[in-house]
Amino acid sequence: MGKILEINGPLVKLQLPETVIGEQVRVGRIGLVGEVIGRDGDTALAQLYEDTSGLKPGEVADGLGWPLSVELGPGLLNAIFDGVQRPLNAVREKSGDRMARGVSVPSLPRDRLWHFIPDPQRHSASHVDGGDTLGTVQETESIVHRILTPPLVHGELLDLAPEGDYTVEEVLGRVKLPDGRIEKLHMFHRWPVRIPRPFRKRDHAVKPLITGQRILDTFYPLLKGGKAAIPGPFGAGKTMLQQQIARWCNAEIVIYVGCGERGNELTDVLEFMPELKDPHTGRPLMERTLLVANTSNMPVVAREASIYVGITLAEYFRDQGYDVVMVADSTSRWAEALREVAGRLGQMPVEEGYPAYLGSRLAAFYERAGRVETLNGGHGSVTLIGAVSPPGGDFSEPVTSHTKEIIQTFWALSKELADARHYPSVDWLESFSGYVPSAAKWWAENIDPGWEAARAQALDLLAASEELQRIVNLVGVEALSSEQRWTLEAAGLIKEGLLQQSATDEVDSFSSPEKQFALLSALLEIFRHGMRLVKLGAPARRLIQMPLMAQARRWKSQHKSEDLATLKAKIARIPAEFEQIALDYEPAAPAA
Amino acid sequence: MKNIEFRTAVSAQGGLLVMGGVAGVSAGSRVSLKDHVGNLRNGLVIRSSDDAVLVEVFEGTDDFDLERTWVRFLDEPFKLPVSRDILGRVFNGAGLPRDGRPPIISGDRRDVNGEPLNPAARAYPREFIQTGISAIDGMNSLTRGQKLPIFSGGGLPHNRVAAQIVRQAKLLGDASSEFVVVFAAFGTSHADARFFQESFEESGVINKVVMFLNLADEPVIERLLTPRAALTAAEYLAYDLDYHVLVVMTDMTAYAEALREVAVLRGDVPARKGYPGYLYSDLAEIYERAGRIKNRSGSITLIPVLSMPSDDITHPIPDLTGYITEGQIVLGRELFNQGVYPPVTVLPSLSRLMKDGVGKNFTREDHPHVASQLFASYAKALEVRGLAAIIGAEELSDSDRRYLEFAQGFERRFIGQDEDEDRSVYETLNLAWDLLSMLPAESLIRVSEEELAKYHKGSA
Ligand SMILES: Nc1ncnc2c1ncn2[C@@H]1O[C@H](COP(=O)(O)OP(=O)(O)OP(=O)(O)O)[C@@H](O)[C@H]1O
Ligand SMILES: [Mg+2]
Repeated sequence: MGKILEINGPLVKLQLPETVIGEQVRVGRIGLVGEVIGRDGDTALAQLYEDTSGLKPGEVADGLGWPLSVELGPGLLNAIFDGVQRPLNAVREKSGDRMARGVSVPSLPRDRLWHFIPDPQRHSASHVDGGDTLGTVQETESIVHRILTPPLVHGELLDLAPEGDYTVEEVLGRVKLPDGRIEKLHMFHRWPVRIPRPFRKRDHAVKPLITGQRILDTFYPLLKGGKAAIPGPFGAGKTMLQQQIARWCNAEIVIYVGCGERGNELTDVLEFMPELKDPHTGRPLMERTLLVANTSNMPVVAREASIYVGITLAEYFRDQGYDVVMVADSTSRWAEALREVAGRLGQMPVEEGYPAYLGSRLAAFYERAGRVETLNGGHGSVTLIGAVSPPGGDFSEPVTSHTKEIIQTFWALSKELADARHYPSVDWLESFSGYVPSAAKWWAENIDPGWEAARAQALDLLAASEELQRIVNLVGVEALSSEQRWTLEAAGLIKEGLLQQSATDEVDSFSSPEKQFALLSALLEIFRHGMRLVKLGAPARRLIQMPLMAQARRWKSQHKSEDLATLKAKIARIPAEFEQIALDYEPAAPAA
Repeated sequence: MKNIEFRTAVSAQGGLLVMGGVAGVSAGSRVSLKDHVGNLRNGLVIRSSDDAVLVEVFEGTDDFDLERTWVRFLDEPFKLPVSRDILGRVFNGAGLPRDGRPPIISGDRRDVNGEPLNPAARAYPREFIQTGISAIDGMNSLTRGQKLPIFSGGGLPHNRVAAQIVRQAKLLGDASSEFVVVFAAFGTSHADARFFQESFEESGVINKVVMFLNLADEPVIERLLTPRAALTAAEYLAYDLDYHVLVVMTDMTAYAEALREVAVLRGDVPARKGYPGYLYSDLAEIYERAGRIKNRSGSITLIPVLSMPSDDITHPIPDLTGYITEGQIVLGRELFNQGVYPPVTVLPSLSRLMKDGVGKNFTREDHPHVASQLFASYAKALEVRGLAAIIGAEELSDSDRRYLEFAQGFERRFIGQDEDEDRSVYETLNLAWDLLSMLPAESLIRVSEEELAKYHKGSA
């Protein structure tokens, strides 16, 4: 038993001789929880997850004996937790609309029964290893929750409960550990959030994560198990893009971490997710989704923890063999929470007030993404997508620049595009993806062998048009040759007819890979036909005025992904449209 | 402890007082001080140990005589007494009357810091508020429960715009949808405060207004309390009395500067431009108090006004604000200099909640597309204008010249309107189509073909 010596914002100095760094503490009469972050002789420094006002020097403080951990078991999906995994709905039932302090509610419901079906391979007196599947629980209609042996437990399985309904706390089985002790198994176990969950080995990421967003999938792909960042100034569309990914991506589990952002954005997710259907399974999206919310007005220390809580939950589903996507909005708020605590600890700031370890912490966090062979020999992945909120939209600031070094896919959002309401405002010149070669294999095998070449051609067009636009801005469009004007026009067609994609347009919000490629190749075909005519002497102006040019810009929002037949019929008519004009310029074909 | 007076001040500098030898003082507790002439001052405990207690003194400590300073620790946070009687009253930044009338007597006293709302308790705001201002309603609409700041600059008419919003704001088709107003001014001039007061009086709403004033020549540290006191009053009106509350606060820049001043004294590590790293969280504690709560009928709509230092939107104060609020209405000097009122620069302006509060079932089915089209066409028109400045308007193509005319008409007729002109959203949308009809229908890709057929004057 110890006591409070000093209170300084979220930091308290405690007299607590026996503690270790990382230990959870309960402090003060109202029982605020926090963790030890420093020690000096008999005193310890702890950061608290809740507001410290009202605490007094001399009040009690106690070590809890474990580090910040999460509960892993059935009851996670469909839920919303705060930054230290308190279930917000249950907290609300207990303490009302406001976050009262010192409320303790278990993360997973204790009274709910789950139907457990033991794994047929498990029988008593056999050996179990950490990560082995003990059995399954159908947690939601679309997701089977695999009950795993805790990673560090292995030994002889003495017994295992038969099929039946159990609460998470009931003993499911017992394992005799190598040292002879008996470990009881439950439907859930705990894992410390700051320690990555173990796996057998890393696998290569091979399959693209399909998000249904054309500029992402077609131009700057991300793989399942990959790492991506979305930097952009305020209002550029980071949250919308992450919500779009959370809605439409072909992952099996989605973990949405609202880290220091707006309360209403989580409400938004909570309201639309149950209504939307997973395009891949047809089930309500909320069944595969889990939210971690530490909004900007909630205590800053729990904000720092929320990212680790999220990634640990992601790893847990990965260990069950799932492809998991975690979106974190925003990693900058996490870094700022780190900075705030470092400042109060008197640690030397290196850049913009951030401590020297910012880069290594960021790297260690993103390192927890990846596709792995799990302890039980299965395969699962965690894809990590972090929003970055650079002050003043300046990408050279520390969090953006460190992140850029770590990730493979960089979706840079542009203020100019957002101002003109060109969404997603992903800048096609600033963005990059290191996963193109792997993605190309998938597209070639599953969609079209011409994908990589088409993508490259479209990007070339966009780059060329950037140059041409500079000329136009100086001397006007009349200075361009017909070929140049047509190039500019075709780039415009790609921007408006392909890259721009409104999240709020019911038809266009999601674009299947087939539709993405159909549009891409159709627009390139228009470009090629036009270029042929221009070379034959047709003026670009005439081509630009073709009704086809306005029509093609609308295709994306006229044809659903499930119904591409009419789109394909329109595409098939492209050559004929140009033939009409060609008659005026082509040397007359010899009569047959 | 509440009744014991301590005279153990060790040092004082720029508003921070260190007290020695007081054990068991609670963090965040309110402090009452009697200075050497017997005047009472207010303070707040910001750090506490048995050896030393650090107190932030709202009225400053410059003239302190440490030997003759008496300090009482009240063992509770700053609280605001609330009752129905606050309507029509004027308070100072700490919630004491400044209208010469008696203080509010109420057993209901609320911690001005509030407690963060459980994110699971929020209801998503969806009800369109018609402000009667086209640049807002048409392109950056306001929603009941939204936090939408006005970014402005010295000399720009942000006060007039804010006052016009307060006068005209109503729900569509609901005449009884009146707002009560909480108005907080900190660091602003007496003239500005008077302007609002007169505007409320003229429009006859003054009895539905609660004012909290901490003016430019009044204690700086009290500014840290003013928005919190105002929002505490707003929460009471919204969630206890079921009012829809419109909160106008000005000027957030003065608030942030006060915060910086205190942070420097405390020795906090600065992040950008000397502002402390926690400016974001601190502003969020204020802004996030706007919103709606499930199963409650009231709401808090928040319109903070801030002046951008040197008109720079990347300055930490507008920047961090933009990262927290649900959009921003940006006023621009260029339009202002051309005599356009309200000088709303639409491209950097944004309303994030617009997508869920306009269109079919809310305003009119074409609204979201028209807004998007106006943005796209105006962005293009500005490019053309830039080009015209270089090569001359005569050299422009026909189609480009139409864009030039569109820009002109858009700025004069759509953005520009009178200070007492209250346009319905339908007038706004029809006006938008008048302007879009100056452009060829084929170039309007963001509106649907059906909408073009129905509304574009050049079609059919
Ligand atoms: N893909 C999109 N489709 C349609 N509208 C979009 C899209 N992306 C962004 N928007 C619009 O832009 C607004 C701002 O987007 P968003 O909230 O995602 O920005 P942000 O980058 O997350 O900003 P902040 O950093 O302040 O949180 C949205 O409210 C929406 O109106
Ligand atoms: Mg965002």
